[in-house]
Amino acid sequence: MINRHRLETLTEPIIEGVIRLCGISSIIFVFGIFFFVFQEGAGFLFSELDVVEFLTSPEWYPTSVSHKRYGVLALIAGTAGVTVLAMMIAVPFGLGSAIFVSEFCTPKIKEAFKIIIELLAAIPSVVWGFIGLTMMNELIIEVFDAPIGLTVLNGGIILALMSVPIIVSIGEDSLKAVPDDYREAAEALGATRWQIIYRVLLPAAKNGLLAAVLLGIARAIGETMAVLMATGHAVKIPTSPLDSVRTLTATIAAELGEAPVNSDHYQVLFLIGALLFTITFFVNLIADLIVKGIRQK
Amino acid sequence: MLDKFQLKLKSWIIVSAAVLFCVAPTACTEKKEEADTASSRKLAIQNAGSDTMVNLAQAWAEEYITFNPSVSVEVSGGGSGTGIAALINGTVDIVNCSRQMDPQEMDKARLNTGKEPREFVVGYDALAVYIHKDNPLNEITIEQLAEIYGENGKFIKWSQLGIRHTGCASDEIILVSRQSNSGTYHFFREALLGRQRDFKLGTRDLHGSKDVVELVGRTPCAIGYSGMGYATEHVKMLKVIKTAGETAYRPSLETALNGTYPIARPLYMYTSGEPAGEIRNYLEWIYSDMGQKIVEDIGYVPLPREDRVKVLKHLETLSR
Repeated sequence: MINRHRLETLTEPIIEGVIRLCGISSIIFVFGIFFFVFQEGAGFLFSELDVVEFLTSPEWYPTSVSHKRYGVLALIAGTAGVTVLAMMIAVPFGLGSAIFVSEFCTPKIKEAFKIIIELLAAIPSVVWGFIGLTMMNELIIEVFDAPIGLTVLNGGIILALMSVPIIVSIGEDSLKAVPDDYREAAEALGATRWQIIYRVLLPAAKNGLLAAVLLGIARAIGETMAVLMATGHAVKIPTSPLDSVRTLTATIAAELGEAPVNSDHYQVLFLIGALLFTITFFVNLIADLIVKGIRQK
Repeated sequence: MLDKFQLKLKSWIIVSAAVLFCVAPTACTEKKEEADTASSRKLAIQNAGSDTMVNLAQAWAEEYITFNPSVSVEVSGGGSGTGIAALINGTVDIVNCSRQMDPQEMDKARLNTGKEPREFVVGYDALAVYIHKDNPLNEITIEQLAEIYGENGKFIKWSQLGIRHTGCASDEIILVSRQSNSGTYHFFREALLGRQRDFKLGTRDLHGSKDVVELVGRTPCAIGYSGMGYATEHVKMLKVIKTAGETAYRPSLETALNGTYPIARPLYMYTSGEPAGEIRNYLEWIYSDMGQKIVEDIGYVPLPREDRVKVLKHLETLSR
């Protein structure tokens, strides 16, 4: 017994140290990645790049022979368009099913439901992209009589399906965290089920639900392969959901492989990476602050 | 019992991971040393030039290693111009060129190296223009294509081409293109628009030759370009006319070879003087069935047999 105790006093600090290292390492990785991405593009940013043109011009001609132009406005608009549409679809569906799972299900159905939703999250994005490129393309052409089905709508629906599982599972957790006392008190006052949800549960869980939505947005902004295939990959500021667009992520994925290392084009692609990193960082930061808000309550 | 088993499993995983970490770096360095000593014994052929041909040249080089392990071919891109400059300076053995050397370059090379550059056509590059099978259009001129694809081009509706495309209700021409650093993209742009003009913004830029044909087959309003080997039953290949009033030609091995199909070009290799030794052997292999099979695999047009026989006969007379 004494021997064993000694062994534990010896191993305890080692394990503690290892765990501490793991914790710190993720911070180092995040900053390391940002530093690397930014550093690859920094040379061009500080020398030749016209930052105003970079952010406000919709003309993206990275491989033109006569006149190279690096404007990412259309790409930002594409990312924003697809993400907004995805959220317009995913938020009602996601929050709706979170409420259903947490408030209206018998435990058995709840289990089955959660497994199926998690299965939805397990489908690889290439498969989603392929569905967009083939099935959804034809469907949209037929239903909307559009000239082409690779559009904001196509990408938005696919991204919505991809971010619904995140919204459901986090939304459901935050609804579950609302104490049963609230429900019982509301019921004692004679509230109907809908009134309980609308007047009591949603306000009580609003921080958690907001965090769920923000994480869904981060997922949608960062998605690459599915949008590359489903949105048509066309440099264009969308004016309707039936326009083709191109997103920031898809541009990097499509062009980085063949851009000569350290060329202007290569560096601009890394700057787009840094831009994306900044966008998702802020979305995650906001989500984090909101989640923290819940904990303090 | 189960816990014990799991523990055992875990420890095994940790141990094997540790072993992997320790072994992997040393394994790599050993391999590198091996490669270093091997390359000192090996003869290296320097092969540089055209970016369009860099994939093809790389594929040849990789395959040739298995055919003749004592020779390594070192491929680099940079463009036809860069390759020709290297030939003039005598720093390269074989230059890949997607255009013919012009007379001034020939003179310079002759003057500098004292040897006449030798030209070899090693394959052809031809692009087909695809539309949906329900589209009534059958032929198109290069100028029309330029107005459809070029920046500020005036054709945006199918009716502007004088056809009524009932399958496409919106009448809009949906442009399907390739991602901007693809060689196909560059060749098509140059064939249509020259070097000064760019494509229209808003083309759907797909990431593979096959994807272009696939999308055009599913989209009645679309037009796209891709290697002619990718045709399916859902698409139609357009006949292309060089200038209005001339005959339209379908892309095929023949029309690409005899120059009547306008969006095709020969792919060249140049050597400084008559090739000899391993360089000659490499070229001979490129003209063999094995080498020409790779041309086809990469998506270019292989040479007709009689042309190859002619070159092979000539190579036969040179010293090995």
